[in-house]
Amino acid sequence: MNDALDVTLRLLAVFVVFLAFPLIVGQTEHKVMAHMQGRLGPMYAGGFHGWAQLVADGVKFAQKEDIVPAGADRRIFQLAPAVALLPYLLVLLAVPIGPGEGAVGQAVDAGVFFVLAVMGVGVLGSLMAGWASANKFSLLGGLRTAAQLLAYELPMLLAAASVAMAAGTVSLTGILDAFEWWWLPWQIVGALVFFVAGLAELQRPPFDMPVADSEIIFGAYTEYTGLRFALFLLAEYAGIVVLCGLTTVLFLGGWHGPWGADGLGWVWTLLKTAVLAFVVIWLRVTYPRLREDQLQKLSWTLLVPLALAQIALTGIVKVVIQ
Amino acid sequence: MAPIPGSGLAKGLAVTLRTMTKKTVTEQYPDVQPDLPPRTRGVIGLFEENCTVCMLCARECPDWCIYIDSHKETVPPAAPGGRERSRNVLDRFAIDFSLCMYCGICIEVCPFDALFWSPEFEYAETDIRDLTHERDKLREWMWTVPAPPALDPGAEEPKELAAARRTAEKLAAQADPQEGDT
Repeated sequence: MNDALDVTLRLLAVFVVFLAFPLIVGQTEHKVMAHMQGRLGPMYAGGFHGWAQLVADGVKFAQKEDIVPAGADRRIFQLAPAVALLPYLLVLLAVPIGPGEGAVGQAVDAGVFFVLAVMGVGVLGSLMAGWASANKFSLLGGLRTAAQLLAYELPMLLAAASVAMAAGTVSLTGILDAFEWWWLPWQIVGALVFFVAGLAELQRPPFDMPVADSEIIFGAYTEYTGLRFALFLLAEYAGIVVLCGLTTVLFLGGWHGPWGADGLGWVWTLLKTAVLAFVVIWLRVTYPRLREDQLQKLSWTLLVPLALAQIALTGIVKVVIQ
Repeated sequence: MAPIPGSGLAKGLAVTLRTMTKKTVTEQYPDVQPDLPPRTRGVIGLFEENCTVCMLCARECPDWCIYIDSHKETVPPAAPGGRERSRNVLDRFAIDFSLCMYCGICIEVCPFDALFWSPEFEYAETDIRDLTHERDKLREWMWTVPAPPALDPGAEEPKELAAARRTAEKLAAQADPQEGDT
């Protein structure tokens, strides 16, 4: 009985985080982006500085008619948003936010493998949407997504492998237990590669060619309306939370911090994740979209070699200190 | 020296971060009234006491949005044995703001200072016919006309003031001739 309660509570906590954090990131994006452009952003919804803007958006989306195009592959079309969104929920389950067994939804022994594999599934949602929409722009968007996934999954995996090598384990909690402060400069290149590749995988600007609205309308999501469209948007923001959380756990030491009591490890995790989420928004506001060929070039000629160099460095240092 | 690779990227980030810390330029209009500059062209007010029905404004109006009706009245002689005078009396003065293009020619051309710009701009209507403001409404706008902005330092004295001063000086000279002689 106690076990069941424990599991239920953990699932509930992860679910609440999964629902709340993407909205917080989204609202922050509204406000930060506005102020970086000299605007105010939403000011009315909810009364105080538009805090309920995304709630209002959700209500609006829920009211819209759910349309499936006549030529579409109905089943796949309707399933795609769930495929895009659910993997991030599963990943969130495995991300530890504090020390010990109590601060993780479910400790997975092969944490890094699990997390990266499941994150890759999320991209499948876009592919399914692009194919099932029976729309040329959607198909183009889906193909761009596929090309982007192929190009950026490799440097992401290599960068994560470097950390796993350093820690000697692929468990996320294990990596955090082994973390020392000097890993930060040691793994800095890997961290940058991981973060940039993650951004590209989430199709966040400046890597948003799959949804480039000036070229292919809205890519794979062109034919979507109402709640299903909202789910795709939610998936993007859930992806930001997951990417920032993973970067924090793998490269920035998660709950380790220069000061603070033992019980406050989770504050460090949340703080680092929030700062990274701010950086994600900051990058979006600052940089224009890359061209499709520049995107591929960045990955294959810069990120992959850098990730390989990081692995070599990790290996050398590891051998020297043993 | 060649620039450091990536310095352009860092510069871009600095620009957005700096903008975020600055004050925004957004006007929160319905909540906060805008701070309008002097001589704002909002609506045209009619100071009908000054109007002589000379019709110059109506004739100069490029899109014919001013309507004026009048009739002639005869004024009895001011002194016994004098001549009767006739004058125009304004019956209707209306400006159709759905046609007006806010060029301000009517205000420029009025020789008797009967038309003025007012900064009021919140007179949108749901029926286009309500945009024709009749004489009483145009007269009401006059209360919103601000005092003219102060002259620039060192500017030429306004004609009215110069004339008044000259008259005053002449009168002073007549009242006190000794001082005027010395």
